[in-house]
Amino acid sequence: MSVDNNNKFMRSVRLRESSCQGCINCIKYCPTQAIRVHNGKAHIIDKFCIDCGRCIRYCPHHAKIPVYDPLSVINNFEYTVALPAPSLYAQYNNLTNVDIVLNALLKLGFDDVYEVSAAAELVSEASREYIKEHMDETPFISSACPSVIRLIRVKFPSLISRLLPIKAPVEVAAEIARARAMKKTGLKPEEIGIIFISPCPSKVSYAKAPLGIEHSNIDNVVAIKDVYPLLLPHMKHDESQLKPLSHSGRIGIGWSNAGGEVGGLLVDNYLAADGIVNILRVLEELEDEKLHGLTFVELNACNGGCVGGTLTVENAYIAMTKTKRLTKYQPVSKNHLEDNPEIRNMYWADDVEYEPVFRLGNTFKESLKMMSYVEQLTAMFPGLDCGSCGAPTCQTLAEDIVRGEAAPNDCIYVLRSNIADLSRRIEALTQGKKAGSPLSDEEDELLNRYIRELTTELASFGVPGTQR
Amino acid sequence: MEDQLIFTYIIDGDDFTRAGEASSSVKNKLKMLGVSSEAIRKTAIAMYEGEINMVIHANGGTITVTISDTDITMVLADQGPGIPDIDKAMQEGFSTAREEVRSLGFGAGMGLPNMKRFTDEMEIDTVVGQGTTITMKVNL
Repeated sequence: MSVDNNNKFMRSVRLRESSCQGCINCIKYCPTQAIRVHNGKAHIIDKFCIDCGRCIRYCPHHAKIPVYDPLSVINNFEYTVALPAPSLYAQYNNLTNVDIVLNALLKLGFDDVYEVSAAAELVSEASREYIKEHMDETPFISSACPSVIRLIRVKFPSLISRLLPIKAPVEVAAEIARARAMKKTGLKPEEIGIIFISPCPSKVSYAKAPLGIEHSNIDNVVAIKDVYPLLLPHMKHDESQLKPLSHSGRIGIGWSNAGGEVGGLLVDNYLAADGIVNILRVLEELEDEKLHGLTFVELNACNGGCVGGTLTVENAYIAMTKTKRLTKYQPVSKNHLEDNPEIRNMYWADDVEYEPVFRLGNTFKESLKMMSYVEQLTAMFPGLDCGSCGAPTCQTLAEDIVRGEAAPNDCIYVLRSNIADLSRRIEALTQGKKAGSPLSDEEDELLNRYIRELTTELASFGVPGTQR
Repeated sequence: MEDQLIFTYIIDGDDFTRAGEASSSVKNKLKMLGVSSEAIRKTAIAMYEGEINMVIHANGGTITVTISDTDITMVLADQGPGIPDIDKAMQEGFSTAREEVRSLGFGAGMGLPNMKRFTDEMEIDTVVGQGTTITMKVNL
């Protein structure tokens, strides 16, 4: 499953066309209205998609497939380092010691491991410092979830400056892991594979086309759900046999849960929201300045936080409890910036730029005209938001038409009234004929035209979208 | 004028939780028009404050938003009690909101001052016992 490089709108959800039934579930669930069904198949509009994975979750036919790398990528490198997300630990029952998982990763074929949770503690420390120095610019919004950044950059331009400009834990982990591996082995950077074991496909897009930095140090992203069963036979619970590898505390491992990031910030005035629909509401309210007195806003696109990612196995809420149990007797934090000289810079190098993908036209004047047409069309549609046209709402159909990507007849109600209108005209003409007055050449021509039009319109019934 | 769009919103006077729907709708339209985020922010905040005021003091009303290529004009018209002393009402912290409204976090006396601060022009036309019409303009 290869993915395009360097596309700023690249996404990690793919349509398995053979499974797609052309139903309207995905278009209804997509929080950014990025999916349409045309010609009986769904298609995703790249620039609107924020990689939240909601369509993967809700497609009843499993036609939305997350994109990620197969575990065989470890054969592409001389030396590989696994970066397990803390949510990996929460997949296992009765896990008493993180070393059990880390040792199993080595047995699976990785040459070394570096815990993302260790880097998360450095991110927490850097965040605490940054917030303290910039208290007059609060609230800050967490930037660890790539879908949140993508959502903000297309929908909430005024909130871009509130994003915490600090690298995500996995990026910091990748940077440290590569530097350590180079030092240890003497290999060139490209001979070392830094492989993230991820709870979500959103990180796949991130690794290929990161926001906030130019290049990611992550080489490949594999799925927790692929690695999980392969580790089971290698998991030895006899702790005396384990190499001591784990090096993270409660703060770092806690990042897997919603509320985990703020837990490491030691601030009192925070908001932690999870689930894409909930975070959309929070962002709206933040944009309208309806929320006051906040220092930090943690947002996770998945319910429950990263443990709720689409590449995980365990129920998100059970996984949250397991994380808490695992970290109960851990020290608060085991990693400190001063002990990690490998990481030279914790901050973003690039600004995230607003991408006005929802703008109708290229200029304000053009957009104004287009919106006026959108309003006219919306008034003509029944307002049922039935989705039969393949767009999620009547309003989005109107926008698609104005953008030249759909036609008014895609609306089954508009089509029906056009057909009724043509039938009436045909009837009126033939009534005259029946009454004894023969049709003039002109009327005959008109009748034929109406019949042709009616046939065309009727032909478009049955398979949505074929009229285009 | 040809190049303008007009949107009308009826503001329900009974429901606090719905105040903000109209400003949210306008905000989304402005984003689709490619209006600068600063102008969007100003419009959304001023209009939201206006909506809240209409719900708290005037049992609702009508908001007409006109978008042209030079400005966004919001006309908020209600048939509420009117404002007896505009100068006083414009003072930060002055509020006539009822106690139960204040307990919800509204009525801090920042509504009108914020509306003035976030718009480029504001005009208040009020008759005690008949109603208030506030016209606000954000330049583009």
